[in-house]
Amino acid sequence: MSANIVYAILVTSFATFLSRFLGAVSSEGIKETSKLFKWFNCLAYATLAALIARTIIFPVGVLSDASYMSRFAVVILSLIVFFVSKKNYVYPTIFSAVCMAILNNYF
Amino acid sequence: MINREFFFKGYKSILAHDSPAIALGCCFIAIGALLKNLGFNIQESIFSTMLTYALPGSLVMAESLLVGASLLNIFLAVWFVNARLYPMAVSLFPLMMHKDQPKWKYYFSCHFIAVSAWLIMKSNYKSIPKEQRIDYWIGIGSATWSIAVIGTFIGFFSSEFLNKDLMMGLAILNPIYFLCMMVGASKTIQISLSVLLGAILGPIFYFLSPEWSILLGGVVGGTIAYFVGELNVS
Repeated sequence: MSANIVYAILVTSFATFLSRFLGAVSSEGIKETSKLFKWFNCLAYATLAALIARTIIFPVGVLSDASYMSRFAVVILSLIVFFVSKKNYVYPTIFSAVCMAILNNYF
Repeated sequence: MINREFFFKGYKSILAHDSPAIALGCCFIAIGALLKNLGFNIQESIFSTMLTYALPGSLVMAESLLVGASLLNIFLAVWFVNARLYPMAVSLFPLMMHKDQPKWKYYFSCHFIAVSAWLIMKSNYKSIPKEQRIDYWIGIGSATWSIAVIGTFIGFFSSEFLNKDLMMGLAILNPIYFLCMMVGASKTIQISLSVLLGAILGPIFYFLSPEWSILLGGVVGGTIAYFVGELNVS
């Protein structure tokens, strides 16, 4: 293994584990009925939504080569499939991959 | 030590009709192919997924390596993008804390905190007795973690067959799956508003600071949603 890559992996995993571990330690004194727990619950959902929105609007990696229009079209169409399929999670997910590949090929 | 019945119940949750297995597996296939293209060997790719087990963090690491960033820069970039795991842990572990369970289970299983496992646990925890929730959680985490490792393995060896269109298709799967799960989980005003405000504010804050945008969007959006929800209740 190349040393640089191994160090990068170790640093990445440490940076990731730090947030997880601190979260586990600091949640020891928090009751699930407390206001603090409710607030953290809101923070968690909002942070995830921010991450998803950022992944779609300002992507890194291969997705950044797809046009804004194709990304938005995939999101809107997939949400329509989600509601039409009575909130099934698998159909819109598979649909999004096929739709993205097709849209990117033609537009 | 670990209650087998609840561990396997958690492990099998990945087989449910609405499980994240397909989305998660496909995303790590893309990661496996990406890591191979970056010059990682198979051991490094698997090692990376096993130790990090967080998709955005792996992507940031890959991009940082590509531009020759220092280890400190990689640490900070990954820490910023994965800081969301802190509120996720704090909003999950109190649901599983039980005085009869040893602490090591909580410290060990915090490694499994990732969007897919977190959302599965959040939607199923009420059906599990509190004492056994940690074993159920370890089962869910082990299952999603296994899928990630298998996905990386498949992606690494199939990278030559994955053209750009296919890679794009694989890359969009995960955000769409999580988006649908978040919309599906929006059953109270607080959660619905948190999701909506986070999705709006995250990209807006990106223009101010790309590194802090996720955290700022989450903290500001989540706090507003919390107070609106509390006002609504009172």
